[in-house]
Amino acid sequence: MKYAFSRKQLAIPYAVFLVLFVILPLFVVLSYAFTNGDGQISFRNFVAFFGSSKTVGTLLYSVVIAVITTCLCLLIAYPTAYILAKTKMKSGDALLMLFVLPMWINFTLRITALKEILTVLEGNLALHPFLNTIVGMVYDFLPFMILPLYNALAKLDDSYREAAQDLGASKRYVFLRVILPLSVPGIVSGVTMVLLPSMTNYVVLDMVYNSTYIMGSLIGSYFSSYDWHNGSVISIILLVIIGIITVISNRFTEGESDGKVSVLR
Amino acid sequence: MNKVLRNTWIWLVLLFLYAPILILMFYSFTDSTMIGSVRGFSLDNYVTLFTTEELVDMIVGTITLAIGVALLSTILGTAGAIGSFYSRRRTRTLIELANQIPVVNADVVTGFSVCILMIAIFHISKDTFIPLVIGQTTLCVPFVYLSVLPRLKQMDQQIYEAALDLGCTPAKALWRVTIPQIVPGITSGFMTAITLSLDDYFVATYTKPATFDTISTYVVNATKGSQTQIKTALWALSTIIFLVVVLVVVGANRAKGGTEKQELQR
Repeated sequence: MKYAFSRKQLAIPYAVFLVLFVILPLFVVLSYAFTNGDGQISFRNFVAFFGSSKTVGTLLYSVVIAVITTCLCLLIAYPTAYILAKTKMKSGDALLMLFVLPMWINFTLRITALKEILTVLEGNLALHPFLNTIVGMVYDFLPFMILPLYNALAKLDDSYREAAQDLGASKRYVFLRVILPLSVPGIVSGVTMVLLPSMTNYVVLDMVYNSTYIMGSLIGSYFSSYDWHNGSVISIILLVIIGIITVISNRFTEGESDGKVSVLR
Repeated sequence: MNKVLRNTWIWLVLLFLYAPILILMFYSFTDSTMIGSVRGFSLDNYVTLFTTEELVDMIVGTITLAIGVALLSTILGTAGAIGSFYSRRRTRTLIELANQIPVVNADVVTGFSVCILMIAIFHISKDTFIPLVIGQTTLCVPFVYLSVLPRLKQMDQQIYEAALDLGCTPAKALWRVTIPQIVPGITSGFMTAITLSLDDYFVATYTKPATFDTISTYVVNATKGSQTQIKTALWALSTIIFLVVVLVVVGANRAKGGTEKQELQR
């Protein structure tokens, strides 16, 4: 088996890379989060985070923004993906391209464009910071919700719907009991693609002059004041949230590939 | 759902997604400094974009970085995918698990953690560009890995064995037999890496040298400033990027359609 041995070796550089630049940074962040300035183990940073109404408020504000953004994206994306998937023509895929194309345009430039429009519509952007943030987030992440939903809905075998209808189910019943449950993997992967980024993408807030912090902005501000201990605490909290989301979504989407990859394939 | 209602919905969503970009494109060809005040046709923004040193440096820098990072990611990720595919199950599971981390992680956390690793543990200065390249590569390789792996699964494993039986060396068989069969996966991995690098703000902002800017970091800083000339030159940049993206996407779809047809005819 001399040849098989040589192919395995190709994994070594990548394995080393993963250990050095993916695994090791997590341990560095862990060690910073659980130590104080003198290098002693301490939970003070976490106690400080959960003890201050300011930082807990930031966490809550991020969650509120993320949940509203995700729900709005879902509400807009689901009918869109549904209509696209039902387009029986071959143009379904081509139409989808129109909806996901913005994904490839630099998001700072897209938000700049949106900001110019909002300025014209509202006059002074600073008057509606919350509204503008939500609009910006939805604008930024909508394509990432449409894509996995479309993939899930387009895969659906039409005979399920026909069978349910033949057996006397009403249109509404067919949707609620057949189509919706079967599209859950798509919903879950869309939600995971939007929920977390909208908790951390503080550039959107910055650009529409929303000065309230979200979790991402906390990392940014601790980073610029060289407070790596507290910055690491935020990273760990985010990692825990990511872990929970991933575990939940894996239950629903066994074997589903990531949306970003599948569109380019 | 009613057909009229459906079409209206589709058009409304498209309007939401495209109106800002299209309006900005229109105004990039005028001499107005604000949207709404229509003045004359002008290419000044494009002239500014390509003659202001700061802007040209930023664009060239971003593209060079994206190509470099994408090449590095493609080599590392492709080799990693081939290697892990033929490794023991446990090794492969471990690699796949680690590979998922940057995919699900928040970019802010990736950037922040790579930055303190580089500075605090390895003592590498950001001015060397090493933290930036490594940071963005961390972001991109997993996607290369994920797009190459399915191609390896689909591949006919016996052709490689046949090549060896016919006297090919393992290295040559890899190069002449395996690689050509997974080229579509490698290409799409490379393209994903390019777009991820071009779109990245968070990793870049934590790991880049202070004097270097990518499009993302430049735009974010520029919107805080009040230089109208730069602001409107960036409208021109948006227009060009939009057109390039449309061309590439349409081109890629045509190419894909073409190969699918060929495969069907065979």
